[in-house]
Amino acid sequence: MKNCEYQQIDPRALSVSPLSAQNPAEKKVQRPRRKWEAFPGKNIFFCDGRLILARQNGVLPLTLGLIVVTSGLFFAFDCPFLVEHLTVCIPVIGGVLFLFVVASLLRTSFTDPGILPRATADEAADIERQIDTSGSSTYRPPPRTKEILINQQVVKLKYCFTCKMFRPPRTSHCSLCDNCVERFDHHCPWVGNCVGKRNYRYFYSFIISLSFLTSFIFACVITHITLRSQAKKGIVQAVQESPASVVELVICFFSIWSILGLSGFHTYLVASNLTTNEDIKGSWSGKRGAEESGNPYTYSNIITNCCATLCGPMPPSLIDRRGFLPPDEAIPAAAASEMELPPFTPKSDANMCTQSTKDVLERMLHSSDFHGLCPSGNPKTSPLVQEVSSSAPATAEPSLSSGCSRQLARQAVVDPCPLLTPVAFSKNNRRDSLHSINPAFRLASPSPTLSRRALVLGDGPDIGFIPQH
Amino acid sequence: MAETHSLQDLQQPAVSSKVFVQRDYSSGTICKFQTKFPSELESRMDKQQFEETMQTLNNLYAEAEKLGGKSYLEGCLACLTAYTIFLCMETHYEKVLKKIAKYIKDQNEKIYAPRGLLLTDPIERGLRVVEITIFEDRNIGSGR
Repeated sequence: MKNCEYQQIDPRALSVSPLSAQNPAEKKVQRPRRKWEAFPGKNIFFCDGRLILARQNGVLPLTLGLIVVTSGLFFAFDCPFLVEHLTVCIPVIGGVLFLFVVASLLRTSFTDPGILPRATADEAADIERQIDTSGSSTYRPPPRTKEILINQQVVKLKYCFTCKMFRPPRTSHCSLCDNCVERFDHHCPWVGNCVGKRNYRYFYSFIISLSFLTSFIFACVITHITLRSQAKKGIVQAVQESPASVVELVICFFSIWSILGLSGFHTYLVASNLTTNEDIKGSWSGKRGAEESGNPYTYSNIITNCCATLCGPMPPSLIDRRGFLPPDEAIPAAAASEMELPPFTPKSDANMCTQSTKDVLERMLHSSDFHGLCPSGNPKTSPLVQEVSSSAPATAEPSLSSGCSRQLARQAVVDPCPLLTPVAFSKNNRRDSLHSINPAFRLASPSPTLSRRALVLGDGPDIGFIPQH
Repeated sequence: MAETHSLQDLQQPAVSSKVFVQRDYSSGTICKFQTKFPSELESRMDKQQFEETMQTLNNLYAEAEKLGGKSYLEGCLACLTAYTIFLCMETHYEKVLKKIAKYIKDQNEKIYAPRGLLLTDPIERGLRVVEITIFEDRNIGSGR
């Protein structure tokens, strides 16, 4: 009693009063967070969630650079000559084409391709219940498929382990973006985004207009050099006067082959209402099996197929990037960052009655990060930690359980009592809390930010996950 | 721990369970939900009413995704204006989604809430499921 000022404070003794005193202040301090800030896929957002891009945006800057540089050189070096000798329409047409190409490119890159939001914990539990009728929790359940009839054609729907749902037909999971995308065509590194239902028309207009632009510039440059060499009586002289034209020629020559080829291929796909994904896998070509398999989605009419794909109604974005996160999920993130243990206990208990068992297990696992090291912690949590590890059915479970045990071990090494060193813990809490907002995601795939902090095993969400393309 | 739990009890009824009505892909990729009456709702409401609700929802989604002269015109106009026209006006789909939201709110007030049920707008679940929340039967007047 004499040394009471150095005694370890019992967090449960603190539980009620500081919580009520601090939480209203917390609520005022914490600004409402938008859903894009907690988005589980590998995407980056701009303009407060209005624009979306894949994290692996590859060579988008290169694409933009090539287009801008080539067009810039064209307008600067070839146009003056051609305007003088031919017509002023040339830069006008070139300008219109250039603007259209850039607009289509930016639209393709920054539009949500048709990402499907991941299933909520309740939905996932409901589906799991329907499938796992045996009751035993196998370590790695076999891939689940469901067969349905579409237009008298048997189509297999695969279960996506990351998104915890049966994928709708024509939907595929992009392993680069870690999202299920509707009517998935392909992930285009040139454009820095997936091409799917919502941005296919922009992608198509981009490649068509780019074919026109490159052909146009190519033709104009050839004309320019020809006219100059006729005037100067020598092609070498002409080239020496306008070296930029050679650069443009080279770029356009190599681009034309690939771009025209791609445009032709996609025109064929549009006319037969196919996606690149389906075409490559030969889903409907009848190569597999003896039974007749035609494309069940085609309207059997080229014009209808084209209109449906390119001019059909524009579906809305399903991921609601700019919506606000519900406040009860935002609060643990705020509270945990300021105060480590106490606010979490009542919160997790209050939620118990409204969430599924798995969700509860997730939250207890999360709270065990704190409780496990504090002597006055809830004794229930330690067996629960093992329970979660063994019962989690996701394929990413090995990394999660080992990651969690490593996390607990590391924290044990760092500091036996979290209250004495709030800094180390609060950072961990905030990161964990951000991703405990939807525990279903954490269960399936440890987030890359966690892996970056070396809390979980270094590998990204691809570990153990077989891309169900 | 127990204090906060009981306070919440007084404010809103506890959720007993949730029923999920999945998508029906028999006609392709269009948005359509199964109209089969879930067994968990048998004690709470009429099969007829449920099927009517689902059928109306399906019809509304079909209207949103309908391919026709009007949607083609909208698509072409959008393309010509470099899609800037959508800064000023809503797409046809968005207009129908608003209609659907209104219809669901209506149905909740008239039919589902008095029976301790709540329909969640499928757009909030990414058009994957129609989520029906079943609240515990506590004879509370306004089920929320």
